[in-house]
Amino acid sequence: MRTRPLTPLLWTLFSAGGTLAALLYPVHLFLVGLAFPLGIFEPPSPETLARLVAHPFTRLYLFVFIALPLVHWAHRFRYTLYDGLQLKHLFALVAVLCYGAALVGAAAAGYVLWAL
Amino acid sequence: MSAHGGGPEARGGAAPGAYTPYHPRWYRRRVSVWWWLKRPTYATFVLRELTSVFVAGFAVVTLLQVRALSAGPETYARFQQRLESPVVLAFHAVALAFLLFHSLTWFNLAPKAMVVRVGGRRVPDAAVLAANYAAWIVATASVAAVLLAAR
Amino acid sequence: MADTVALEVTRYRPERETEPSFETYEVPLRRDWVVLDALNYVKDRLDGSLSFRWSCRMGVCGSCGMTVNGTPRLTCAAFLADNLPGPIRIEPLEYFPVVRDLVVEITDFMKKLREVKPWIVRTDEPAVPAGEYLQTPAQLDAYKQLSMCINCMLCYSACPIYGLEPGFLGPAAIALARRYTLDSRDQGGAERLEILSQHDGMWQCTFVGECSKVCPKNVDPAGAIQQYKLEGAAHWFKTLLSPKGAR
Repeated sequence: MRTRPLTPLLWTLFSAGGTLAALLYPVHLFLVGLAFPLGIFEPPSPETLARLVAHPFTRLYLFVFIALPLVHWAHRFRYTLYDGLQLKHLFALVAVLCYGAALVGAAAAGYVLWAL
Repeated sequence: MSAHGGGPEARGGAAPGAYTPYHPRWYRRRVSVWWWLKRPTYATFVLRELTSVFVAGFAVVTLLQVRALSAGPETYARFQQRLESPVVLAFHAVALAFLLFHSLTWFNLAPKAMVVRVGGRRVPDAAVLAANYAAWIVATASVAAVLLAAR
Repeated sequence: MADTVALEVTRYRPERETEPSFETYEVPLRRDWVVLDALNYVKDRLDGSLSFRWSCRMGVCGSCGMTVNGTPRLTCAAFLADNLPGPIRIEPLEYFPVVRDLVVEITDFMKKLREVKPWIVRTDEPAVPAGEYLQTPAQLDAYKQLSMCINCMLCYSACPIYGLEPGFLGPAAIALARRYTLDSRDQGGAERLEILSQHDGMWQCTFVGECSKVCPKNVDPAGAIQQYKLEGAAHWFKTLLSPKGAR
């Protein structure tokens, strides 16, 4: 029945990751990457952060926060390479490299958050 | 008319170089690798697609931050210092611009994909747009509240 | 406003050349003239060998699509005055093989339209005495916008994916599929979804959105394709959970 086995799933993950990144990434990046280092706002202390991250809900949040947008990148970047650079003949290789990298990132995130 | 209808021949044309009165030699231009520079909207599209690189970049930064946090206070302090270096700050400033571009284009396109029909009429695009931006404001405020209130 | 404007028109005569070239014609600049009027002036008064397609000259037949100053336009809807200063560059529709001058080969497009089963598909056909299919205005509204397509191929000429991926079904075909699937009289949704889920189907689309921008009838094929992707994804998950064939 499923003529194109994985594409609908990948597209769904891409959409979910893109929505998550659109909603949450700007504020996180502004605070963590600019406001806190520049001293515009007082960053939370490492102890408070450690306490926050120890909570299972935060760990789940962070895992989804990292893993889903990585899949979003993999899917989008793969098509960008394919169409933009016209790498037709490398279709399978590009797919494997992109989704593979995303999988590695997600696995790393899972490991770090699990082992906390 | 065309006995060659259907299949790749319909697109590819007659035997190249062979012109007969009954089947002319079609001209096919190869699409250039620089196709995306030919129109401003194409270039904007490629920029939009490249925002995904900065999305992935920030995902990795977050991963590194969590790893530094789990490794202990000295490692985390070193990580914080790296965040304050001008190169990293510049990267984050550029990344923020790209992420905002992603958010804006993503939400602006949402009404096209999400068609909600209520009582036989399509919900106007403006309403779907407003709902998306409202969700964005709520998400931003919630995260800011958590991260700024924690001491 | 000046008296005349220059037109830079693609000429391609396969019987004596292997590459297209440009020829410049000076045509009167009238405030109410469209590019099609100018081309007909060229053919009538300046160069009778110029070949191009046109028919209704009022934006309903879809024959006169060409690339005007780099954008796919209906030449019967592109005013000379809006494309100043000259010279106005007129080329055949991009991403299609050129047969002669401004005439492109459209067999591929016609084939793809047929592929999506653009007719009412019924699994049960009521007998004629049972009467007509009734449709409320709300049901008509669900697909009306998509039925406005005049098959002018401007969307194919705007779609870089169609240019890069010759097998891609394309915006008009997918919008047409959606027009029939959304029709309350139709029962062929599952069949069309299967066709669109294949390799060169809707998943090739990366939502550039240029197709909807150039559409002269506001069909919004880009939106139709994204809605179809949502439906395809939902269907995928449904078959995952109930493999015995959820409809």
